[in-house]
Amino acid sequence: MHIVVCVKQVPNTTQVRINPETNTLVRDGVESILNPFDENALEMALQLKEKHPGTKVTVLTMGPPQAAEVLKEAVGRGADAVVLLCDRAFAGSDTWATSYALSTAIRKMEPADLVLFGKQAIDGDTAQVGPGVADWLGIPCVAYARKIEVADGKAVVERNFEDGYEKLDVALPCALTVLKEANVPRMASLRGKMAAKKLVIAPMTAEAVGADPAKLGLNASPTRVVKIFSPPPKTGGVKWQGEEPAVLAQRLADLLRERKLI
Amino acid sequence: MSELNYGLSELALEIRAMVREFAESRVKPVRAELDETGHFPTEILRELGKMDLMGLYIPAEYGGTFEGDSMPNLIAVEELSRICIGVSVSFAANGLGADPILIGASDEQKKKFLPPLASGEKWAAYALTEPNAGSDAGSIRTTAVKKGDKYVLNGTKQWITNGGEADIYTVFAVTDKNRGARGVSCFIVEKGTPGFKFGKKENKLGIRASATRELIFEDCEVPAANLIGREGTGFIWAMKTFDVSRPGIAAQAVGLAQGALDEAVLYAKVREQFGKPIIANQGLSWMLADMATKVETARALTYATVQSIDRGAKDYSKFSAMCKVYASDVAMQVTTDAVQVFGGYGYMKEYPVEKMMRDAKILQIYEGTNQIQRDIIGLALNKEYGAVAKK
Ligand SMILES: Cc1cc2nc3c(=O)[nH]c(=O)nc-3n(C[C@H](O)[C@H](O)[C@H](O)COP(=O)(O)OP(=O)(O)OC[C@H]3O[C@@H](n4cnc5c(N)ncnc54)[C@H](O)[C@@H]3O)c2cc1C
Repeated sequence: MHIVVCVKQVPNTTQVRINPETNTLVRDGVESILNPFDENALEMALQLKEKHPGTKVTVLTMGPPQAAEVLKEAVGRGADAVVLLCDRAFAGSDTWATSYALSTAIRKMEPADLVLFGKQAIDGDTAQVGPGVADWLGIPCVAYARKIEVADGKAVVERNFEDGYEKLDVALPCALTVLKEANVPRMASLRGKMAAKKLVIAPMTAEAVGADPAKLGLNASPTRVVKIFSPPPKTGGVKWQGEEPAVLAQRLADLLRERKLI
Repeated sequence: MSELNYGLSELALEIRAMVREFAESRVKPVRAELDETGHFPTEILRELGKMDLMGLYIPAEYGGTFEGDSMPNLIAVEELSRICIGVSVSFAANGLGADPILIGASDEQKKKFLPPLASGEKWAAYALTEPNAGSDAGSIRTTAVKKGDKYVLNGTKQWITNGGEADIYTVFAVTDKNRGARGVSCFIVEKGTPGFKFGKKENKLGIRASATRELIFEDCEVPAANLIGREGTGFIWAMKTFDVSRPGIAAQAVGLAQGALDEAVLYAKVREQFGKPIIANQGLSWMLADMATKVETARALTYATVQSIDRGAKDYSKFSAMCKVYASDVAMQVTTDAVQVFGGYGYMKEYPVEKMMRDAKILQIYEGTNQIQRDIIGLALNKEYGAVAKK
């Protein structure tokens, strides 16, 4: 089996500040990490590899040269091969152009049976790239997967909902976006870290993957950011205490009725 | 935090960072539960194996990563111990069980038994103590009688760490009862050998996650090929093992004491009485200063002993005994003081220091009690100064 895991390098914080003038993320001084949900996708791939000997796990990322760091982290944990898609032509790509670019790189590889993604990236939070790549590749996609079993050329996947889950039979090749609940990501091994240290990662250009320049970068991206803003923090609400429960209950019921909530 | 420069190798520093992160993220969240339930940390050890951390003391030719530097393994033990010595002893007992093989076994035996230990696929244990032979280990009564190409073992081992969980046991038994300690031999016994059974897991004061069990041998036939060295050399392997393993106990003590110190200082900064943090009282900050000084002294002695062994020191039993006795006494004092710094809260199970204090006690007992360590140091002094006097 060949499993491709698409990962992204993201700033390590859930409170990235936004520059109100340019509407862009302020990344200065923020450490870069492997997107946490992608860790679950990688772990799913590595567990499948343990269960199905001979499986090859390739980790793919698109990003600046520093994004090689997340690929090294992946090698430390047991990835067999890595691809760094890195070219000025990709700069400014939105989820549509990114999905296209990633799909061209995947087409260049030996045929993939599974293409895994994290549920979403913690910086953009769109959750669009996984399904987007699947679309470009013309393969089925199961989003929000928490479990997978592969046998007889198909996958049985559990897809989570707020109130339950679906068990789906999916033909291979297919794409999955993976939830945090799926597993506990392993830490890098000593030998893996050593191998990663020695690794020299040569970037793959747009030309090398045969991507159509008209579909790349800022100009090819249909998304226009109108406004980015930090939502106002939730206010504390009202708190009543110190009176008889019956009195408090009456007051609550009155308020709910007044606001037409009941 | 500021630290002394012990000249640690790049590998040792890498291991320290790896194990520190592992202990914080994987062990800390479950240590109280492991202590309460006494569950063996199977998952944690499996993960350490996958991270290539179970073979730090085993040479590359036998599947490990050891290349003459014992510090990475020692530091792995120390870092696990900062968070939980119930876990760290379960990890370190593999090395204790493997040491007689590393020290005394043939190349063929090493090739057979060490690689699965290095990969973490199998675990080991060291079986010397018996109900009637503790400090006086030379008086063990388990027997091994040669029968064709087998030895038949009969007897009971007591309080064996990793007992029941381990796959490979180094077991000491008497092959010639007329020769005392010189009649003891060491055998490699695999779990599942007919006639080899386990008693129940002991219910202990501390290190409750670790498994301590009885090993029962009833006409247990062990291949003669599993004898380490020649007949009668067992006690030598037993003692040589302790010389290299005692600094490991010291590393547990240093880690545990460091963990207690960390907790105590952080607490003293946030707990306020009389309108100020308790650390602002000289009486308390001097206590913390003494605790920190003791921890660093214990670490320095332990590292110096191990680095000296790595550099080819010949006579080091005295120093191994010194770091074990000193560091374990420090661990007992520092964990007790940490409870004192926490006051009543320290006595409660909601906080980690009462567990640390309970855990510390074992360090003064196993791998030779601290009385026995002082005996070893005293005997060495008597011998060394005797030689000077004669000159
Ligand atoms: C949790 C736990 C795990 C253990 N794990 C292992 C293991 O993996 N493998 C193994 O082989 N053993 C193991 N042991 C056994 C341990 O090494 C012994 O308990 C220890 O050596 C002391 O023996 P004892 O308990 O029989 O005490 P005793 O020898 O009966 O000693 C009782 C007291 O008398 C003192 N004493 C005895 N002789 C002298 C003397 N000559 N001078 C001064 N004082 C003396 C001792 O210091 C002690 O204070 C373990 C023990 C425990 C509790």
